[in-house]
Amino acid sequence: MGTKNIYTDNNATTMVAPEVVEEMQPFFSDLYGNPSSMHLFGGQVKKFIDRAREQAASLINADPSEIVFTSCGTESDNAAIRGVLSAHPDKKHIITTRVEHPAVKNVCQYLSKNGYRVTELSVDSRGQIDMDELTEKMDKDTVLVSIMWANNETGVIFPVDDIAKIVKSRGAVFHCDAVQATGKVSIDMNKTPVDLLSISGHKFHAPKGIGALYIRKGTHFVPFIMGGHQEEGRRAGTENVPYIVGFGRACEIALKHLSIENIRVKTLRDRLEKELVEKAIEASVNGDTQNRLPNTTNISFKYIEGESILMLLSEAGIAASSGSACTSGSLEPSHVLRAMGVPFTRVHGSVRFSLSRYNTEDDVDCIIEKMLHIEKQLREISPFGREELYAAQ
Amino acid sequence: MWDYTEKVKDHFLNPRNAGEMKDPDAVGEAGSLACGDQMKLMLRIDKNEIITDAKFQTFGCGSAVASASALTEMIIGKPLAEAEKITNRDIADYLGGLPEKKMHCSVLGHAALDAAVNKYRGRDSAAPEEKKKHVLCECFGVTEEEILHVIKENGLTKIEDVTNYTKAGGGCMSCHEKISALIKSVVTTEKPSPEAGPAGKKLTNLQKIKLIEETFEKEIKPMLKADGGDIELIDVEGSKVVVSLRGMCSSCSTSNFTLKKYIEPKLKEFVSDDLFIEEV
Repeated sequence: MGTKNIYTDNNATTMVAPEVVEEMQPFFSDLYGNPSSMHLFGGQVKKFIDRAREQAASLINADPSEIVFTSCGTESDNAAIRGVLSAHPDKKHIITTRVEHPAVKNVCQYLSKNGYRVTELSVDSRGQIDMDELTEKMDKDTVLVSIMWANNETGVIFPVDDIAKIVKSRGAVFHCDAVQATGKVSIDMNKTPVDLLSISGHKFHAPKGIGALYIRKGTHFVPFIMGGHQEEGRRAGTENVPYIVGFGRACEIALKHLSIENIRVKTLRDRLEKELVEKAIEASVNGDTQNRLPNTTNISFKYIEGESILMLLSEAGIAASSGSACTSGSLEPSHVLRAMGVPFTRVHGSVRFSLSRYNTEDDVDCIIEKMLHIEKQLREISPFGREELYAAQ
Repeated sequence: MWDYTEKVKDHFLNPRNAGEMKDPDAVGEAGSLACGDQMKLMLRIDKNEIITDAKFQTFGCGSAVASASALTEMIIGKPLAEAEKITNRDIADYLGGLPEKKMHCSVLGHAALDAAVNKYRGRDSAAPEEKKKHVLCECFGVTEEEILHVIKENGLTKIEDVTNYTKAGGGCMSCHEKISALIKSVVTTEKPSPEAGPAGKKLTNLQKIKLIEETFEKEIKPMLKADGGDIELIDVEGSKVVVSLRGMCSSCSTSNFTLKKYIEPKLKEFVSDDLFIEEV
């Protein structure tokens, strides 16, 4: 192998689109002005920032004035949560879920030790929350509900419309981490009453280091980063002009591809998933397959371990990720799969393939072939599930 | 990606002596499914107590497979008495080192060897009840004895080191104080730790899991399935059997009754008397 590398770890990060790189180039050379400056150099770049803001707003059907550029999705999440809490100092209850990204989960855990009451909603085996539990847990002290649009590990999409309606009807603020959903599914701020929405550029072919926070008009918000008057006083710091321009272009391309390309990606994902599960010795899909991002599949291979799988996939030129303990950097297996009650025998052998519009039918064929071979290879040295292995041979 | 040495990669990609052995003279197991690694070591020992062959099976990460592979290479051809002296540090050194956070993989290899030798010599490291009492890290099921052992063997001085070597303390962290006390006890007194209880016959983890799964298939699932339900084994931690109910059972109001009055007695009957059941 080694002739061609196949990248299916797009929920971790994506390739920067060539059109985006091209768009950014001039802002590293001629167009280096500070958009706040009163002279020609500043004025030249200001209009490109305005255009990027319009492109970003179009992707989620918002008003450009509601878009604030940030340095990444994590900053957007921090700014949203802290910004809302600071604006409502009298209320001390936050609701979130057990399956949030660390950018929300760890912030909430910190707050729970610093004067806030935090409720983490549980999820069922499909990874879905119980709407009645959400309703029950909301009280007069609830200031903020922070729930993701789609889960990074399983791709499971929450019923954000319904959540938003419940939260709004009870007078709390709703923040939604849409880092994984943006550019993959349709997001319409005119239809969904989300108050704040986090977006990250590098998840949809913009570079790392650029994100956005949507703040609905009329939302009480105290800036997280204070200083100059940039971003209408909502996020201080000189604008990262090249990245903002690239981000805008990536939003524009994502919007263009939203319907057609995502159907193609979904078809690829569905075939990959179906064939792997059918042909493997023992494999199953994690998460609600009815409500899911079009690009993500999380498959557990029983009795084999994720890091071993990833190392062998990597040897075969295939990039994916896993929820196993050994790949997490810490020693704990995926908090998402554990919250769903996925047995240890399956958590440790979970592999996430996340596709993008750059993947092909050939990629899928190759992954299926290599992955099935790897499963067999690791099962042969595993002390578990010997009978099933012999039965499959 | 972890920063593995070329030797670790080689042993992982081309594992030596992987597979099964017919009628081994000694078998040792270590680890658990819950922790994400389990190793089974099988030894052929001749009448002069020389290890003439070794085979392993490992469920685990790259360095766990490599540690097992290296261990077999290190012990084949060695007298048992000499193999017994191999430490986890020796295994790691043989591989040109392991990342700190992966040292527990070498400990796993050592523990499997230890278990195999003990079994061969007719010693059992600890009776199940005795062992249960000394579990210090509930998250990963690590005993006080295991922690003391690595602290001494590797001269560990920090909680973080203990976590890297055994996983203990890597979960809820509530045992950190106890680990700290253990480290202190080793530093202040060089007295060896009290060895755990007398020999007692017990099922190995693997045997236990296998038996439980058999019991589920033969005794329990047919009954549940008749009512549109199902059950799945999630984990076995000592005597605790963690299960998840599926299908109709998951929403059934009497499911707890089913667990305690029907499923648990079956497990006690067919597997082991000390088992108790819990739902996730």
